[in-house]
Amino acid sequence: MMDKADTAWVLISVALVLLMIPGLAFFYGGLVRRKNVLSILMQCFMIMCLLSLQWVLFGYSLAFGPDIKGIIGDLNWAGLRNVSFNLPHWDPATNSSYASTIPHQAFMVFQMMFAVITPALIIGSFAERMKFSAFCLFILLWATLVYDPVAHWVWGKGGFLGQMGALDFAGGTVVHVNAGIAGLVGALVLGKRIGYPDNISPPHNLPFAVLGAGLLWIGWFGFNAGSTLAVGGLAVNAFVVTHIAASTAGLTWAVMDLIFNGRPTVLGIISGAVAGLVAITPAAGFVNVMGAMGIGLGAGILPWIFISLVKTKFNYDDSLDAFGVHGVGGLWGALATGLWATKTINAAGADGLFYGNPGQFLIQLKTVAIVLVYSGGVSYGLLKILDAAMGLRVNDHEERVGLDLTQHREAGYTILD
Amino acid sequence: MKYIVAIIQPDRVDEVLRQLTEKEIHLVTVSTVLGRGRQKGIAEVYRSHKEAGSLLKKVKLEIAVNDTFVKPAIDAILTGARTGSVGDGKIFITDLHDCIRIRTGETGNEAIG
Repeated sequence: MMDKADTAWVLISVALVLLMIPGLAFFYGGLVRRKNVLSILMQCFMIMCLLSLQWVLFGYSLAFGPDIKGIIGDLNWAGLRNVSFNLPHWDPATNSSYASTIPHQAFMVFQMMFAVITPALIIGSFAERMKFSAFCLFILLWATLVYDPVAHWVWGKGGFLGQMGALDFAGGTVVHVNAGIAGLVGALVLGKRIGYPDNISPPHNLPFAVLGAGLLWIGWFGFNAGSTLAVGGLAVNAFVVTHIAASTAGLTWAVMDLIFNGRPTVLGIISGAVAGLVAITPAAGFVNVMGAMGIGLGAGILPWIFISLVKTKFNYDDSLDAFGVHGVGGLWGALATGLWATKTINAAGADGLFYGNPGQFLIQLKTVAIVLVYSGGVSYGLLKILDAAMGLRVNDHEERVGLDLTQHREAGYTILD
Repeated sequence: MKYIVAIIQPDRVDEVLRQLTEKEIHLVTVSTVLGRGRQKGIAEVYRSHKEAGSLLKKVKLEIAVNDTFVKPAIDAILTGARTGSVGDGKIFITDLHDCIRIRTGETGNEAIG
């Protein structure tokens, strides 16, 4: 039964999730140095253009098309063949639908935005040093070989992680753990920026980062509350817990800064809010508001510890903390879903450890472990092959001059006139 | 002719300019600069990473004057910029070899006025 309200809500959510990409562009763009601001904005826009096409040509079919052994979709929906713009999806094999009240293409385009933003999260880890040509190829291959299969495993009809009972409401594992670990691998394979850690200038425009984080927060309502794919109580729950987790984590990070660094920082409170949004993502359709506060509290503490202590100790250059915020926040969220999930919120979900079902926690643990190994391993292989074939990094001179001028022949800011 | 360079606190600019105007000194070039002295900078912290020894924001005034206006200019800057605390800045004075007004080609004392 088609539902006009559901369709309207999903289409609005699509636009909200798209808003997260320019949001992310400004969040990351503000954190880099002046000479690299355009490179970040460009990478985000290129991902939007490139992966939107990849998605309709074959990506959607690989991720959500008819299942092959729980691993991948087949190519029956390539070029959106058999994907109706006015009728809902129906899977005869399982007698079920991805979303029975909205046109199939509405579901497709909602999922497209997830496929676009996930690779965009990765760029924070190798910012300010990657060759644009290598970046484009890496992103296209990563979307095809990592994102599409992992999305199929968890969300596709017949996907083996979904069959196992993994809970991932809006993409804690598929999006954030997946992108986070790829980012960590990227930072390690590309190596540190020249001058890291002591001779790298601070963020060139923190107000941009605040603007970006604000847009991310707004867009996240589409990401999480839109993932219900229907208007109703569950969407309201997802909306509320998303907001509360972000608020809790932002506040917690500011307090951590106050206690350990002497002052609550702006970069801290926005990083905390984003980490909270990341962590609530897998849980939004399964936990209540108290669970959201618990998840937010952990999201304000664990990524803070990781970025402040662990990253410093191991001295690798995850430039904008793509792993520190999305990877660590995503891991925490995926596991915390196994703690706080309750069927009183979503009967189609499961109970977590705190509601008497420790088995769910183990399923969550197993799921993130599989994604960490797969995404980390394939990302490593892809980057190594591209490095041998074309080189991943710009040369030292280009890095010193900046990516804006050397990769795009443009400057973000002029001094005169 | 003298060339006066003054490094002052950013929040004293308006007052110094007012004092200069009162003494009928109008020619001045202002730029924002970074620098350090005994005052030292305030360390910044980004995601727990401390940026040590950061430079302080100051304002640089450049004023070219005829010899009769050197004393008034210095008085104006001292009056306007002094707060009595460390970091108030410095005034540097050098001889000025020549000055040329681009519009007319006038040189020396006339060009400054």
